Amino acid sequence: MNNTAPSPDAEKRKAAFEKRLAERYSAEKRFKFLGLAAITFSVMVLVVLLGNMLYNGVAGFQRDELRVTVNLAESGISGDSNTLALPNAVQSLELQGLPDVVSFAAEQSLGAEGAQQISAEGWREVADRVIANPALLSEETTFWLAASGDLAQGVNGEGSPEIQQLAEQLQANGHLESNFDFGFLTRSDATDPQQVGIWGALKGSILTMIVTLLLAFPIGVLAALYLEEYAPKNRWTDVLEVSINNLAAVPSIIFGLLGLAVFLWMFPNFRSAPIIGGMTLALMTMPVIVISGRNAIKAVPPSIRDGALAVGASPVQVVFHHVLPLALPGILTGTIIGMARALGETAPLLMIGMRAFVATPPDGFTSPATVLPVQIFLWSDEIDRGFIERTSAAIIVLLLFLLLMNGLAIYLRNKFEKSW
Amino acid sequence: MSPVFLILLALGLGLAGWLAGRARAWSFLRASEEKRVVARPTYHAWYVALWVGIPLLLFAVIWATFSPALILQSVLASSAAEALPQFGFQRDAILAEAKAVALGNATSVFNPAAAELVEPFRDAITRYNIMGGGLALAMSLITGIWSYTRLNPQFTARVRVERAVMAILLLASLVAILTTFGILASLIFETIRFFGMVSPIDFLFGTHWNPDPMANPEAPQGDRYGAIPLFWGTIFIGAIIAMIVAIPLGLMSAIYLTQYASPTWRRWLKPALEILAGVPTVVYGYFAALTVAPFIRDLALSLGISNASSESALAAGLVMGVMIIPFVSSMADDSIAAVPQAMRDGSLAMGATKSETIKRVLVPAALPGIVAGVMLAISRAIGETMIVVMAASTAANLTANPLEAMTTVTVQIVAQLTGEGSFDHPATLSAFALGLVLFMVTLALNFFALRVVKRFREAYE
Repeated sequence: MNNTAPSPDAEKRKAAFEKRLAERYSAEKRFKFLGLAAITFSVMVLVVLLGNMLYNGVAGFQRDELRVTVNLAESGISGDSNTLALPNAVQSLELQGLPDVVSFAAEQSLGAEGAQQISAEGWREVADRVIANPALLSEETTFWLAASGDLAQGVNGEGSPEIQQLAEQLQANGHLESNFDFGFLTRSDATDPQQVGIWGALKGSILTMIVTLLLAFPIGVLAALYLEEYAPKNRWTDVLEVSINNLAAVPSIIFGLLGLAVFLWMFPNFRSAPIIGGMTLALMTMPVIVISGRNAIKAVPPSIRDGALAVGASPVQVVFHHVLPLALPGILTGTIIGMARALGETAPLLMIGMRAFVATPPDGFTSPATVLPVQIFLWSDEIDRGFIERTSAAIIVLLLFLLLMNGLAIYLRNKFEKSW
Repeated sequence: MSPVFLILLALGLGLAGWLAGRARAWSFLRASEEKRVVARPTYHAWYVALWVGIPLLLFAVIWATFSPALILQSVLASSAAEALPQFGFQRDAILAEAKAVALGNATSVFNPAAAELVEPFRDAITRYNIMGGGLALAMSLITGIWSYTRLNPQFTARVRVERAVMAILLLASLVAILTTFGILASLIFETIRFFGMVSPIDFLFGTHWNPDPMANPEAPQGDRYGAIPLFWGTIFIGAIIAMIVAIPLGLMSAIYLTQYASPTWRRWLKPALEILAGVPTVVYGYFAALTVAPFIRDLALSLGISNASSESALAAGLVMGVMIIPFVSSMADDSIAAVPQAMRDGSLAMGATKSETIKRVLVPAALPGIVAGVMLAISRAIGETMIVVMAASTAANLTANPLEAMTTVTVQIVAQLTGEGSFDHPATLSAFALGLVLFMVTLALNFFALRVVKRFREAYE
């Protein structure tokens, strides 16, 4: 064996080999880098998306407000806690001239030009405060009232030069401030971005979700129990299974068409009511609950069923006394995830007329309502720039709710996860 | 009688029946000396409760369906109804107004003709409410007492209750079939009406889409309902642009997460992808319309493309692709994890690098699963609504330029059904025909994806 001096041929081969190896290693590095780049891109998009919403949305929780000092004691407006508790209290204050009192006080505090920039509905906020606290009628109080949309634009450096100048001047005097707007969480839709709130949409969402849960959860769990525990293996149950799997994959807008053609035909008076929205979303959520429920039931070990059967339990007792309680955490996790999806769903609700302008929170399951995602969609169509911030703020609220639901699902999964 | 009241009545009486049945069964247990009673008292209780509650609930449903017609009939029979106009529309409006006042939903009538009818309505509603409540009460009492008298120590209450439980379970699972049937029936029924006005050939092969909801429905303009531009827009945005984004990014993310990332990183990155999957589509749509679309337009303008539109197919497709990334990634993740470890070990033992193993062994072995995942992703993308509604336009446009405005099937479904058109107009009905096409296509994609997955599983078992 000649191993002292490698032949030039072998030398060449070794060089080629090393070059190939180096190439392969760099290909390996490139590939790994591509993978990292792909996932980094996804995370970056998420960060940009959330950052964008937060950046715009923080301003959406604020409102430009003007300081108005109203001396209600000298205004001649009367009222006591009894009369102000009546449902027509706002009307009575209006008849007593509260709007004029407020605009007069505004002129006193802000000057003629500034007073014009109080939102037209500003006196209603004073009225609400007075109704909540009739003692205000006997003293001088400083109110922060919503500025008009024009002035809000001026604050942002938009609109005519005059209005920008006015905004600057009012800000310098301390009469104009951007304050945190608690009302955003308690008011409903309006035409002026300074006056809108999300409570109406949020309440509509909650009512719709209640209907969805009440329908989808029992039906979904019972169907999952039947399919997993009792259903005989035949063509009939195959049809059942295929239709459930297909329903889980049907585009959501098709459920909207179903709701429109069937539910609204059956109940034409309940157009855009939470009950119809809830029924439509329940049909969409039910397959998700069935599929996750079946997985949870499948995870319960057969020995538990055998044990129960061995001591004389009937098949129904086995399932309802033993299998279902053990599978319930898993079913609940799936249900919460399904409900979170339903909460963010928009398209089917547009189909059944939940896109109407609803300025009062719904009082019940049958009154016209809108839901949070639809409210976001409606505001996103508004031309007024103030709505951009409001839309982002509403998105933050929606995302918080989703985060809460998903957090609950993860908590449940971790808490009750069992390995048999 | 309001259905809610009947349901509460059913629950209350059911509880009473439950308690009565249970008490009776306990009395058997105490009376019998050797304590031989076939079923536990709870089952006797449930037996009575079911016999009280279920007939009552069935009655509530039937009563809620038929009583409005009965009330209307008795109002029309009253003397005040003789003054009603014969015209359908006006007549209905007056009747509806009177009924709203009688029910307490409205405080006063606008139309003086309706004022006369309020009292007959109120009378009829009270009469039928009392009648319905009485009937319901009587029926549940009869069935309850009958079931109560059947109880005896030898009565096989458990078997019967369990039979009822099984029936309820079966009914619950039938809801899925009913829903599928409802979807198909409503889509097909309205589509047939649409095709009665516009020929299916015009619809499926026409290249001009511009429905006019204000046009005379008697003279359908078949040449305005050519859906090819919509199909093209859907495919271009959902199956081409979105997939160009989603497939490589999703696949590479899955590969990095499963093969390269350290457990710590995986613990952080995977939930991040899940958050991306959980963001509502309306938020993506807003992001696309507000941020991505203007950005793309400005970019195109700065590159010297002057006709870039602010509502471009590219913006909608890109954002939709991002939305689909987690979906593709989790499907790819599953199918790569299903490849047997031995194949990976074998490849590495031969001296292949990690990336070579992935490219030459893992991905080809997992390919059927990945393909199925891509098919499901496409079916999801073409059914996606909010992103395209908000970021794509409503102008049908048959072009391959991603910077131009384009519209999709789902956008047009929303556009046609949220307009002012009446339900008998071909423009409105066209939404159902589009819905049927969408339903069929997504079903076919899902069907093939499942077939591919099934075949794939057989390879390793």
